[in-house]
Amino acid sequence: MPDVSDFILKLQRRRIEGSHATARQTAELLRSVVSQTRMPYTNQAASLLDAVRAVGEQLIAANPVELAVGNIVRRVLHIIREEDLSSSAVSFEGLMISEKSDDEDDADQKGGPVLSAAAVAAAARSTLRPRSLQTLLEDGPLPAAPSKSSSAGDSEGKSKSDKSAVGKRLKHSVIEAINLLIEEIDDCYEDISEQAVEHIHQNEVILTLGRSKTVKEFLYAAKQKNRSFRVFVAEGAPRYQGHVLAKELIQKGLETTVITDSAIFAMISRVNMVIVGAHAIMANGGVIAPVGMNMLALAAQRHAVPFVVVAGSHKLCPLYPHNPEVLLNELKSPSDLIDFGEFSDCMDFGAHGGAPLMHVVNPTFDYVPPNLVSLFITDTGGHNAAHMYKLIADYYSADDLVIKRKSTSSN
Amino acid sequence: MDLRRPNRPVIGPKVRQVGFVTPDSAAATSSSSIPAVSAAAATSAGSPPSSLSPVMIPPPRHPSTEMSNPHFHPVGSYNPSEQILGSPPALSPSRSSRFDADGSDFGGDDDESVALSGVGGGMTPKSSLLMRQPVTKTAPLVSETRKRDSNASKGKGEGPSAAPKEKLTKAERRATQEAQRAAKAAAKEAAAAGGAPSVSKQPKPATKPATQQKKDIPSGSGPLQPLAPSGSIEKKQGKKEVAAPHPRMQFDDMTKVGKLKKRAVVNQSEARNRVELFRHLPQYEHGTQLPDLESKFFQLDLIHPSVYQVGLQFLSDKISGGNARCIAMLLAFKEVIQDYTTPPEKTLTRDLGAKVGSCVSFLIECRPLSVSMGNAIRFLKNRISSLPHNLSDKEAKSRLQSDIDRFINEKIIIASKAIVEHGVSKIRDGDVLLTYGSPSVVESIFAYAHGIKKNFRVVVVDSRPKHEGQGLLRRLVERGIHCTYTHLNAVSYVMHEVTRVFLGASSVLSNGTVYSRVGTACVAMVAHAFRVPVLVCCEAYKFHERVQLDSICSNELGDPDAISKVSGRKDLNYLDGWAQNENIQLLNLKYDATPSDYVSVLVTEQGMLPPTSVPVIIREYGIERLWT
Repeated sequence: MPDVSDFILKLQRRRIEGSHATARQTAELLRSVVSQTRMPYTNQAASLLDAVRAVGEQLIAANPVELAVGNIVRRVLHIIREEDLSSSAVSFEGLMISEKSDDEDDADQKGGPVLSAAAVAAAARSTLRPRSLQTLLEDGPLPAAPSKSSSAGDSEGKSKSDKSAVGKRLKHSVIEAINLLIEEIDDCYEDISEQAVEHIHQNEVILTLGRSKTVKEFLYAAKQKNRSFRVFVAEGAPRYQGHVLAKELIQKGLETTVITDSAIFAMISRVNMVIVGAHAIMANGGVIAPVGMNMLALAAQRHAVPFVVVAGSHKLCPLYPHNPEVLLNELKSPSDLIDFGEFSDCMDFGAHGGAPLMHVVNPTFDYVPPNLVSLFITDTGGHNAAHMYKLIADYYSADDLVIKRKSTSSN
Repeated sequence: MDLRRPNRPVIGPKVRQVGFVTPDSAAATSSSSIPAVSAAAATSAGSPPSSLSPVMIPPPRHPSTEMSNPHFHPVGSYNPSEQILGSPPALSPSRSSRFDADGSDFGGDDDESVALSGVGGGMTPKSSLLMRQPVTKTAPLVSETRKRDSNASKGKGEGPSAAPKEKLTKAERRATQEAQRAAKAAAKEAAAAGGAPSVSKQPKPATKPATQQKKDIPSGSGPLQPLAPSGSIEKKQGKKEVAAPHPRMQFDDMTKVGKLKKRAVVNQSEARNRVELFRHLPQYEHGTQLPDLESKFFQLDLIHPSVYQVGLQFLSDKISGGNARCIAMLLAFKEVIQDYTTPPEKTLTRDLGAKVGSCVSFLIECRPLSVSMGNAIRFLKNRISSLPHNLSDKEAKSRLQSDIDRFINEKIIIASKAIVEHGVSKIRDGDVLLTYGSPSVVESIFAYAHGIKKNFRVVVVDSRPKHEGQGLLRRLVERGIHCTYTHLNAVSYVMHEVTRVFLGASSVLSNGTVYSRVGTACVAMVAHAFRVPVLVCCEAYKFHERVQLDSICSNELGDPDAISKVSGRKDLNYLDGWAQNENIQLLNLKYDATPSDYVSVLVTEQGMLPPTSVPVIIREYGIERLWT
């Protein structure tokens, strides 16, 4: 598929910046992958899963640091599983007799053929969704009503043509769900910024570092609700995106003060709240964020200033980080720090066994441990750092956490 | 107290207690700290100061260290300048020390008598409490210590009985002194009314600006405030301002700013879009003053060309860094003294002090003084005012010049050598040392450690806008030291591999706060979070008895344009023309305050101390500084 390799190339060359753009394009790509996949007669969901997984593996390998790619791949896999379950549940309702022939590896088969399709669906739903009183109550009365109505409607379909219809229906519903996902990614700013007024009060002093579109929209939204507050923007070396943010904020009439990153500690004592964006949120509640964020979080902790991370749900990563400062980081060109050739006279490679005396380190990301984060604001509301793993369980199925190993074993 | 008495001599020499004696004996005020001092002095006298014990107190260079009586010793040394200046015959030492403790600066107001009577004279009436110093001045060190011991024992013997008595009488004595002072001030006022015209009509035409400038010494310069023993008229005019206990000029006070502007030499235009939080600090538009000053060059006959040159160098940031600025200023003052001739009808001690004061106020206009410079000026003024009156001009000048040389040599050059020796002892093979900015002492520690073949690596952390670390990096790499360079934001990335953090300081305040280049606090904080020891290297002459909790109340603002432009990054032009939009402010802070709990150890020439020992060093050192 040409657009896959094209996208991989872009990822490898870091042409796509920002997790939002990456997430969106990944979702679009996977949508086309799904639509182009040929559906066999049997095991349709598995083939879809395999196709997505194969592409996803390549995408992740292309830029392992951009966690949004993996997140979206997992989200799509989860969508396929879910749609498969619900569609198969519907088909069960029609094909109560020929149930054994169907491919159900995920659903609980202990009940045998006697088990009603609705019960299977309910079981499947309960495995996928978190248990709550709502779902428990829903599951009770459900089996009775739909089984009658649907069996009346779909009772004729027992042939293979029906199966292909189910396959088409599966594909269709998966694509629909991916469309919903893309929409969700696009709308995450609105959902997050709706909560702004709940968190920003009049005359507040807010500090942020670098530039994040989510933060910008969040502040805009509060401003639109006629809250007047002051924003300190740390410029965020070496990319200095804070300058961009400052320019955007003053255009909306927000009072903005640009400070250097070194002045963070000096200024944080006069700040009411720190609001920052994130690159990714890990399952333990830790945050992968632009470089400098750990310093800011430590300063905020020192002065007991709330450290709020705003991020769309596509940044929720189901993985637990191990040594994230190194393994989930990316070292960029030293030219951001030192001009090319500036130290060329000191670079005497002959003198010290060929190794240069000087190294320049220019990492892109920082890891903020969960204990430094006061609050996460995602499009589903505010969350505690300790709660993130549960939130993540809503979006991903546990089978997809490790994409690579599964795909190699199934291939 | 009596129980402790027999122990003291034993404990004293064995444990080099500097920082650890005072906290527990803080409650027991005067008499307990005297033995500590004497014991410490005895140690240092006994063992050569070159031995690198962790905490060293160099022997006092003058016996006058002990001139103080037991009651006034510990508190009075808090603000040493007042002891010489602000102790007229009526004012007992204990009383002046009380004022210090109250935090009000009375330094300048009663120095008429000081100027007349000289230092020794100021003490005589009340000095009957204990034996006095001028005798011991020439005595050798050994006899001095013996005498001190006897002194101390005497003090101890007196302590329990005398101290309460002293305290009882303090209030009433204060009242009487107040009355005396009022009477004297009234008399002085009357005298000045007659004397003022004669002084201001000096043959020299430049006197008018001179008096104007002298006035802002008390108001404009914090550390200098208590000293400034300039002319009597100025004193009385400045009295109102002095009485206000403001440690430094607050620039949000419109009336004061207006006054200051009127007499300012450097015509600075205020920057636009100032940050609300920092209204109390001066912020000027950068680069506007230089041409203006240049055009004024020939009108400013008042200011010595060398001072003028140094001022311009400060203004244009050609000279930066605490030590470099301090040395440059002192050398300029040396030339001022060299070219100085006492005008007729004036005395050198007073007129030269005023002259130096006007130079200082010029320098302040160019760039606010650092604490180290404030301390150096304080030293110089003390030296000037304590000159004997019978000296000829030539002798006085040469004495002052040698004093300046001695200050530079002892307090800065030799001190940093001692710090280097201390600091190197904390570098092990295989260490990864992190430093921030370009502290000169740390650089020489690294250079020395490299010279003695220690095997280590240096991480240079740098930050905008000045990128001073690049200069350090270049010098270190040229020496052949392995370096890693990164920016401040990445400090938590590199901190994993770091084993020691060496930082410099602009000054260390008496609550242990390290006031230093902005960003130092961030580095110390991250190091603290990663459990990496933080060593702050700082000469003891940069210590100051001021306290500070945050970085906002007292700071310096740099050029905001330096923020909008990123050097070497032409693509970053988002903030061009920022001054047109009133919603945006750019804040370029120069310093920040590192809380003392982030500092593992302070490396000074006095040894390696915990930051809690700073007040002790200030106390010890303050006395010493006075008389050297």
